[in-house]
Amino acid sequence: MTHLIIFLFFGGLCVAGAVNLLVQRHPINSALSLVVVMGSLAVEYLLLGAEFVAAVQVIVYAGAIMVLFVFVIMLLNAGEEERTKGSRVAMLFGIPGMLVGSVLVGWVLIERTGTQTVSAGALPGAPRTIGWLLFHNFLLPFEVTSILVLIAIMGAVVLASHPDSDQGKKES
Amino acid sequence: MTAGGTPPLLGNRTLNLTTFIVVSVIKTVLALFVLLTAVAYTVWLERKVVGHIQNRWGPTRVGPFGLLQPLADGVKFLFKEDLTPPHVYKPLYIAAPMIAVAFALTSIAVIPVGNSITIGHLVIPLQITDVNIGLLIILGVTSLGVYGVALAGWSSNSKYSLLGGLRASAQMISYEISLGLSLVGVLMLTGSFSLRDIVNAQSGTFWGFIPRWNIFYGGQFIAFFIYLMSAYAETNRIPFDLPEAETELVAGYHTEYSAMKFAMFFMAEYANMITVAAVASLLFLGGWHGPVFGPPLLRALLPVLWFVLRIFGFLFVYIWVRGTLPRFRYDQLMAFGWKFLLPLAIANLMITALVVALRA
Repeated sequence: MTHLIIFLFFGGLCVAGAVNLLVQRHPINSALSLVVVMGSLAVEYLLLGAEFVAAVQVIVYAGAIMVLFVFVIMLLNAGEEERTKGSRVAMLFGIPGMLVGSVLVGWVLIERTGTQTVSAGALPGAPRTIGWLLFHNFLLPFEVTSILVLIAIMGAVVLASHPDSDQGKKES
Repeated sequence: MTAGGTPPLLGNRTLNLTTFIVVSVIKTVLALFVLLTAVAYTVWLERKVVGHIQNRWGPTRVGPFGLLQPLADGVKFLFKEDLTPPHVYKPLYIAAPMIAVAFALTSIAVIPVGNSITIGHLVIPLQITDVNIGLLIILGVTSLGVYGVALAGWSSNSKYSLLGGLRASAQMISYEISLGLSLVGVLMLTGSFSLRDIVNAQSGTFWGFIPRWNIFYGGQFIAFFIYLMSAYAETNRIPFDLPEAETELVAGYHTEYSAMKFAMFFMAEYANMITVAAVASLLFLGGWHGPVFGPPLLRALLPVLWFVLRIFGFLFVYIWVRGTLPRFRYDQLMAFGWKFLLPLAIANLMITALVVALRA
């Protein structure tokens, strides 16, 4: 019962945050709404017994990635966006299309899984289990992903450095 | 009321819901009260100690040794005029100090301060909640604390505040990495994220006299100092207080704040200091372990005293450093974090991993 109440509260908060993200006109408000969405998602993971994923969700997404978003918005000093009327096609077909699409997704999910529920903590979610799985069953994908991230970091460094200017020399 | 060494803790689930809620609320209120008082008196301690370091007295007028000064300050902050500059972005300007202080106070929820006390058949752990990802929760909450500072800087709409906020967020993100990596060594030695498990793993001694604390064990000595330095940067304290460098930025991100809103940033900073000190004591210095003797009540409360003494020691070093060291330059700060602390933390991690693997 308490689980259901918490689930509904944070589920509602999550959806409200997502809607607010679209409605807000100031980029920083949108970014903060996204933080709310991620925080509520973390609570939902926690309810499923996936403690590690919940913590990582907060640390990585809300704590690091969104901070960088906010950081960039602050640096660019992005102002309020101007509201345009938008295309009529999007209004006519977009909203009904989105509704139909979400109903379809929900229907398929319910059809495939039935009314089975998983009790909290029934599936592996502890840090120990996840570590074991990562370094045994999924070692290759894990290492390949880390190389991908390394390449991305190197690319960022190359893009950010100015080999022509002497700014880089001064620092070393 | 009796207490044991480490009795089998009743999990929260086996208590019935009402008892659980009542006990949790009492513990939360108590913990918050103690934390806020500690914050107020850390400010007093800082003024007093820095005063003596600089050959002056510090607060002396309000109460004996100026002990009632925090109360006077609190009253002053409440009754001061709360100015809101005209150019600020109001919703976030008001929210920012609240965000800062809320996240700073949240981490106390997972910090254990001692074993447990038994009232009747009820075993109450001296901790608001024992989650097995306790350390991750602390790291997560502190990483969210950046928002308070960053948003305060941005929403104030002043160049000093903005620069302070930008500096603070860049600095906190940079040092968070070394901070996290310095803790991984301890986690590998213990094999658990639960702060209670980590402390319990540190009981006992080597060769009969050296306490089995993580700092003496498996090369975690280096990790401890990496943690200490990163923690100073994380809490924006001297020598890394670039976000509020008075000589360049007036007061950094809280330049435009006054009265209670300013005090909230202050409270957040000191609460963060206490959290950082608590984590360092739990992970590296054996938490609440120490000589325990006497009647049951004393047995239950002595560990809390040892824990508080450790935290006090950390706070004293914080203040001592503040009274002694000058401020870094910003590029020095970044170079130190990325080019020295981070490689050192990674090297320490590798060595610890090797040690753990060889022993297994």
